[in-house]
Amino acid sequence: MGNQAGFLYRIGCVSTMMIFCALSVQAQNLINGKKIYETRCLVCHQSDGGGVPNMNPPLDGSTNVNGKDIPRLVKIIQNGYDERVELDGQYYNNAMTAMPDLKEAAIADVLSYIRNNWSNKAGLVSVADVKKAMIKNKNNK
Amino acid sequence: MKKSLPILSLFLMSLSFIGKAQDNAGLKLPAGFKASLFADKIGSARHIAITKSGVVFAKLNNPNKEGNSIVRLEDANNDGVAEKINGLAKYGGTGIYVKGNSLYASSNEAIFKYDLNSKDEVVNPLTPLTIVSGLIDRREHNSKSITLDMANNIYVNIGAYSNACQEKNRMPGSQGMKPCPILDSAGGIWKFDANKENQTYQDGKRYATGLRNVIGLDWNTQTNQLYVAQHGRDQLNSFYPSLYTDAQNAELPAETFYAINEGDNAGWPYVYYDPIQHKKIVSPEYGGDGTKEGAAEFKDPAVAFPAHMAPMGVLFYTGDQFPAKYKNGAFISFHGSWNRAPLPQEGFFVAFVPFKEGKATGEWEIFANGFAGMEEGVKVTNTAKAKARPCGLALGPDGSIYVSDDTKGAIFKISYVK
Repeated sequence: MGNQAGFLYRIGCVSTMMIFCALSVQAQNLINGKKIYETRCLVCHQSDGGGVPNMNPPLDGSTNVNGKDIPRLVKIIQNGYDERVELDGQYYNNAMTAMPDLKEAAIADVLSYIRNNWSNKAGLVSVADVKKAMIKNKNNK
Repeated sequence: MKKSLPILSLFLMSLSFIGKAQDNAGLKLPAGFKASLFADKIGSARHIAITKSGVVFAKLNNPNKEGNSIVRLEDANNDGVAEKINGLAKYGGTGIYVKGNSLYASSNEAIFKYDLNSKDEVVNPLTPLTIVSGLIDRREHNSKSITLDMANNIYVNIGAYSNACQEKNRMPGSQGMKPCPILDSAGGIWKFDANKENQTYQDGKRYATGLRNVIGLDWNTQTNQLYVAQHGRDQLNSFYPSLYTDAQNAELPAETFYAINEGDNAGWPYVYYDPIQHKKIVSPEYGGDGTKEGAAEFKDPAVAFPAHMAPMGVLFYTGDQFPAKYKNGAFISFHGSWNRAPLPQEGFFVAFVPFKEGKATGEWEIFANGFAGMEEGVKVTNTAKAKARPCGLALGPDGSIYVSDDTKGAIFKISYVK
């Protein structure tokens, strides 16, 4: 009986640590993502993610940013964006700067940050997700 | 009773506070002026024009809920609030102008002309004349503002579809193209015959060049000259962090107001105007380092305003209602910056530029403020949070001026009451 309790206790400890570890890795990703956002994205998309009417689209509350199409988000960061499309009922005129120098981990971090900041609550994006997205984008060229 | 008294007085105090905030439709004005909310939520109202009888026409950036992109507003009982509102036209755009019985309006690639009847109603809402078409619309800086001179010529701005004419637009390290090929068909002001149908580039004339993006423009009838306000380039710090800090980017370059003569060149994309050094500086895309002075051939501004405030409307005050100092001076609306971030934004007001003997003195002052709806002393940080952003300006027949808002579409009427 005592043994079993000890065993359960140990399992509990290990899993708590694993969760804690995972959480701190997540936190670090979000901190990195925030830094990238502030130096590369904030000017146009603004500190509240609200964008600028008619010019730069909002990220906060955006269907695309919160959506499942990670390859599309990766592609926009890598290639920039200069198409006229409707985004949540509005049109935006400014061209977005391409950022071909951002590595997979940086793209994962900034995507995780914008998907989990302000009112956004979407899944985190891992390096593996970004790599998978890049392969998919390459095949769809 | 004892308990309810303080609650009641608090309630009364808050009522009087609300009452005060609503004075002048929330605007802060010089002594003796008052404002009313002439209309609200009509849609993204860009420029406005007013007929001799006081009917207001607003051009919307996109069609509103009713599907109209020109809104007609009438205040028949003259209480400062429009009660008869309807509309026409399906195309979004910025420019609108009334001359006699003609109403001109622009899409982002064309200019149309409608006829007004004796009640200032549009006679041919579905069949306007196409005055000009085929003007470049590549999304960036695509709005076409219009004004007329006194000889039936119409002037239209064609904004450059670029920030600084780089080989790759808004790409760090991409060089500026020389000569800039955009200037053949954009980045300037074009002149057309206001009464001739179906004109395009070859029928018009490039009247002025080297203007990145003009939205506010007006004809000064006193000196018979065109005046334009340019939106200066963006992102000096993003693309050249070794030359410009965030703080320098927030102040560079100036938003510039020019007295234009035919053939003038304001220097975009090769130079920008630095409001601190008071000179033209070579753009970094063209080998500039933040201090190298630009060529003398390029035009100097009549007034240099702080950076990025986005001048949207220009109106020469030819009315008789306002005090004498305003006569023949210019109002300029600034709908507010975005790329001063991460520093606080600026603008969101209507400025007044005094003129003496037909020339801008170089001074300017804030005339109407408070459009953004921020509390006293608080600056806008995020542009999308501004409640209203002043855009179009027009003079009413009684000498009042009207200011449109291009977010949700408020229209303010400002009068002098002593």
